[in-house]
Amino acid sequence: MSQHEYYSLTVNGEQHPVQDAWIGESLLYVLRERLGLPGSKGACEQGECGSCTVYIDNAAVCSCLVMAATAVGSQIATVEGLNTDGSLTDVQQAFVTEGAVQCGFCTPGLVMAVHHLLDHNDSPNEQEVKEALSGNICRCTGYGRIFAAVESVISVRKSSAS
Amino acid sequence: MPVFIPSSLSEATSLLAEHPTAHLITGGTDFMVEVNFNHRHPETVISLRKIPDMQLWNIDKASGVVFIGASVPYATMEQGELADALPALAEAARTVGSPQIRAAGSIGGNLGTCSPAGDSLPVLAALNASVHLRSSDAERTLPFSEFMIGPKRNAKKPDEVITGVSIPMTNGWQGYAKVGVRNAMVISVASVCLAIHDKTVRVALGSVGPTIIRCSDAESWINSQDITAIDDSVAVEFGNRVSQESRPIDDHRSTAEYRRHAVGVLATRLLQRGTNA
Ligand SMILES: Cc1cc2nc3c(=O)[nH]c(=O)nc-3n(C[C@H](O)[C@H](O)[C@H](O)COP(=O)(O)OP(=O)(O)OC[C@H]3O[C@@H](n4cnc5c(N)ncnc54)[C@H](O)[C@@H]3O)c2cc1C
Ligand code: FES
Ligand code: FES
Repeated sequence: MSQHEYYSLTVNGEQHPVQDAWIGESLLYVLRERLGLPGSKGACEQGECGSCTVYIDNAAVCSCLVMAATAVGSQIATVEGLNTDGSLTDVQQAFVTEGAVQCGFCTPGLVMAVHHLLDHNDSPNEQEVKEALSGNICRCTGYGRIFAAVESVISVRKSSAS
Repeated sequence: MPVFIPSSLSEATSLLAEHPTAHLITGGTDFMVEVNFNHRHPETVISLRKIPDMQLWNIDKASGVVFIGASVPYATMEQGELADALPALAEAARTVGSPQIRAAGSIGGNLGTCSPAGDSLPVLAALNASVHLRSSDAERTLPFSEFMIGPKRNAKKPDEVITGVSIPMTNGWQGYAKVGVRNAMVISVASVCLAIHDKTVRVALGSVGPTIIRCSDAESWINSQDITAIDDSVAVEFGNRVSQESRPIDDHRSTAEYRRHAVGVLATRLLQRGTNA
């Protein structure tokens, strides 16, 4: 049994103590407001936009719908942890190159969703890409540039693998 | 104001006995929306995510019954062995929210919320599933039809945890269809599950009444026909009879009139698919 008025979360492989938190706080809130990790964005706080996407024990979920104190003992991965040396991942670089970033608010969540998709399926077809990104809303781009970025990562990864 | 993360079912039920006002939480996809919007202010929470027994599922070929633990997420039901065993449940699971919601949301949470729009519920009704409940000193199993007693109301007692569901497989076709305003991220406006077992058709409706509706009149009518030779007029008549058994209301998502029409169309389509398969 574990009680958590003071608890500790494992984020990107590191332990982060959380103190004096109200138990109803979402993981999104704790990451941004208590742990200084503002990469995950909050827009709807009801699971509809995907801008807060993180991985919990390798599942891509909306951090706004995770009660932070229930994530004790889980491995949490955020967009900050994708590349710790500050360089861009291939997905992030492709978003830049293909012009998939306009206001950028949706970008961290989409980057997490794209990495998650490509980690599980290295050659998704168009339908699979669209379905995998159906939980991420972008109000700016109309998605065309985003799908182009995903296509470019798929083909670059394929040609460097062969 | 503690959060408990029990690692066994017996620990969870004793915690609930000790803390009768505690809230249960699994994926949080219903619960946290209410917390984020200040509709709930929980003081004590018991998280069911880390209980191995509740994450189990198994397909017992000998008895023909599938057990799914309450914490199993939609992502597990929508593909693989569970999807082969229960295609209608897989189709329903695949329509839920988005990949992120399906990775977190569970069948136990769908039963806990018990919304008439819950996508797993018409499937449980059509497949004659039963719901397993456990408290610190007792266990019981209810047929789904006795479990759901109203909109967002179920027969679970405050000291009980939903531990899982048992779902008999069918030896005939089964499928699920849902109408909403778009493909992704949509709560159903009307939904239908149709299943055929021993050449007998069963049909259950979601979002068109206070509970999930099993259409006993439409079922007995269609089962008095030869279902190996369903022509279009019989399928349409079946849809009309299904519509008549719906009890929809007007709300922010749709009108009663549209819902009554939509369930009929879905039922006709599913019957055609199921009997031509
Ligand atoms: C953006 C979005 C889209 C959605 N789309 C759909 C959709 O298309 N179709 C659909 O059906 N639903 C949808 N939902 C609702 C929700 O995802 C489902 O109802 C899901 O099954 C809830 O599961 P959960 O594990 O997240 O439940 P939680 O939020 O953890 O719990 C829900 C309720 O059930 C209780 N509970 C949880 N587990 C148990 C248990 N084992 N025993 C007893 N009580 C329990 C809780 O106390 C709570 O009252 C959506 C939600 C969101 C946020
Ligand atoms: S902020 Fe979490 S999904 Fe929108
Ligand atoms: S770039 Fe603005 S929301 Fe996507």
